[in-house]
Amino acid sequence: MKIAVCVKQVPDAEARLRIRGDGAWIEEEGVTFVLNETDTYAVEEALQIAERTGGEVIAFCLGPERAREAVRKVLALGAARAVFLSEPALLGGDALATGRALAAAIRAEGVDLVLTGSASTDLGFAATGSVIAGELGWPHAWLVVGVELAEDRKSVRVTREMESGMNESSRIALPAVLQVQGGINQPRYASLKGIMAAKRKEIRDVAAGDLGIDPSRLGRAGSRLETVSVALPVSGREVEWIEGDAAAVAAALVTKLEQEAKVLR
Amino acid sequence: MSGQIWAVVQQKDGRLQRAGRETVAAAQALARELGTTAVAVVLGDGVAGAGSELAGMALAGVRVVEHSRLGAYTPGGYLAALAPLIRAGAPAYVLFAHTYQTVDYLPRLAQELDAGLLPEALGFQKVDGELRWTRPVLGGKLHAQVRTVGEGPVLVSLQSGAFPADAVQAGSAPVEQVAAALDGVDLQREVLGIESAAEGTVDLTKAEVIVGVGRGIGGQEKLGPVEELTRLLGAELAASRPVVDSGWLPRERQVGSSGQTVAPKLYLALGISGAIQHLVGMKGSGMVIAVNKDASAPIFKIATYGVVGDLHEVVPALNQALQQRAAG
Ligand SMILES: Cc1cc2nc3c(=O)[nH]c(=O)nc-3n(C[C@H](O)[C@H](O)[C@H](O)COP(=O)(O)OP(=O)(O)OC[C@H]3O[C@@H](n4cnc5c(N)ncnc54)[C@H](O)[C@@H]3O)c2cc1C
Repeated sequence: MKIAVCVKQVPDAEARLRIRGDGAWIEEEGVTFVLNETDTYAVEEALQIAERTGGEVIAFCLGPERAREAVRKVLALGAARAVFLSEPALLGGDALATGRALAAAIRAEGVDLVLTGSASTDLGFAATGSVIAGELGWPHAWLVVGVELAEDRKSVRVTREMESGMNESSRIALPAVLQVQGGINQPRYASLKGIMAAKRKEIRDVAAGDLGIDPSRLGRAGSRLETVSVALPVSGREVEWIEGDAAAVAAALVTKLEQEAKVLR
Repeated sequence: MSGQIWAVVQQKDGRLQRAGRETVAAAQALARELGTTAVAVVLGDGVAGAGSELAGMALAGVRVVEHSRLGAYTPGGYLAALAPLIRAGAPAYVLFAHTYQTVDYLPRLAQELDAGLLPEALGFQKVDGELRWTRPVLGGKLHAQVRTVGEGPVLVSLQSGAFPADAVQAGSAPVEQVAAALDGVDLQREVLGIESAAEGTVDLTKAEVIVGVGRGIGGQEKLGPVEELTRLLGAELAASRPVVDSGWLPRERQVGSSGQTVAPKLYLALGISGAIQHLVGMKGSGMVIAVNKDASAPIFKIATYGVVGDLHEVVPALNQALQQRAAG
């Protein structure tokens, strides 16, 4: 099977965030960027299905030039080649504008299955995969924690996470878009051989003009959302800080546990 | 007058749930802010009860969409029921609860209607006569102020708890039955069944004390001191999602929107950043003590006591202090 996997590059979870001068986003200088967490699971799932079916994985990424590194990582993990959409006219969009562009690029490749992560850890719309499905006229499933390909390869049995520790299983016809949740598999690490091989793999740059979509429907211009500013959240109540070295902190905590929480016997 | 505000209200077994009342409360508040009226929509199979509950609220109308094919949720069924209704009614905003169900179909509904999509709103306010929405970004570490541009309705999903359900204003609203053309519609998904996600059956909800570990633990091999602390406190061990996804602890110990919801007397959050999906599972705890090396971690926004430090230093010291207390 020919499988598309869509990936995004996001700030590392541990990154110290500073707000940019214009207040509208974070200062990217000095921030480490990584492959979005659930995308790593989508990549692994795509590779496993391709290995089982003797197919290939094509990585799709829409993002600024820095994201080329994330694309290379997916190639190092085992994707055969990649399609990269980095033109500024394509960036800064909401999930609808981004999904529209990715869907057009995917359509041009003709694939049997599209996998994405369930949500990005930066904007967190959790929507791009479903939009891709809508654009392609395919079914989709969000929050997928299990994929079983039918023998005839015409459908998949999908396990979806629900609230409160329940899972739903369903059958979905192929081609489809599946938005993969963390924990579905154990993502592999890139091998040295994989990293070397990735250097020779093709990354095809696709421009906005190649997509056959009205430019006013793409990127920031095509977005219905506009971020005015970002700020630290204000909290209703103030935390009480416990300070000092580890021993002093421990002693203070024991007092709280004993006298306030009353959980020590 | 601007377009109406609609609340599409999620129901379960034909009854309204808290999330549904929160959506109505938000729609009423937004309608007041914009000087327009609010309408509630409920869909399903056998939802007359939910309809009459909504009829007792201050709304300009209640639309009830009944169909046997809306019994089990499917994206195809919900899209086919809602898209024509919204297209015909042309509301300015359509509000939903941000649940796993709405996240599954709202992007497609927006795409089909060529509507805007604003997921996970925490609230709105008018700034210089313009409506601005707040939503979390970067795992809740920052909040973004967002405005919507362009033509046509905007679909907004509201984070759980953003608009308290008890703010719903009572009143009386006319109920209208709306027919849905669902025969022959592709439901896009054949639902086969629902089962428990975890293999084991650890019940964390009964624990008085819970020690929750997050990704900050850094690896399964580093759990020893935390397990020791759990023993010393007679507590249950719980985990955030990445700890479970990495296989360091079993799924049955996950706390959060996909795991268990707990409310112990004490919740110790060790190396947990405090993403909303974790917070919804433990924010009802009596006392929360958070240990995190990042002072700006969102967990401190709900913590009673906060320790900025390395859990690998704090936990052994705490173990020692507890042992000394037990010995003394
Ligand atoms: C649909 C959906 C459902 C989800 N369901 C759940 C759920 O049920 N439960 C859940 O928990 N999450 C859930 N998540 C994931 C959630 O969004 C967060 O990604 C997750 O809660 C983060 O876990 P964490 O805090 O352990 O990790 P991180 O966010 O990576 O935080 C780790 C923290 O550890 C701190 N740290 C690092 N090293 C140390 C140290 N040595 N000492 C002290 N502190 C340290 C860091 O400063 C950081 O704050 C869900 C996500 C989605 C999209």
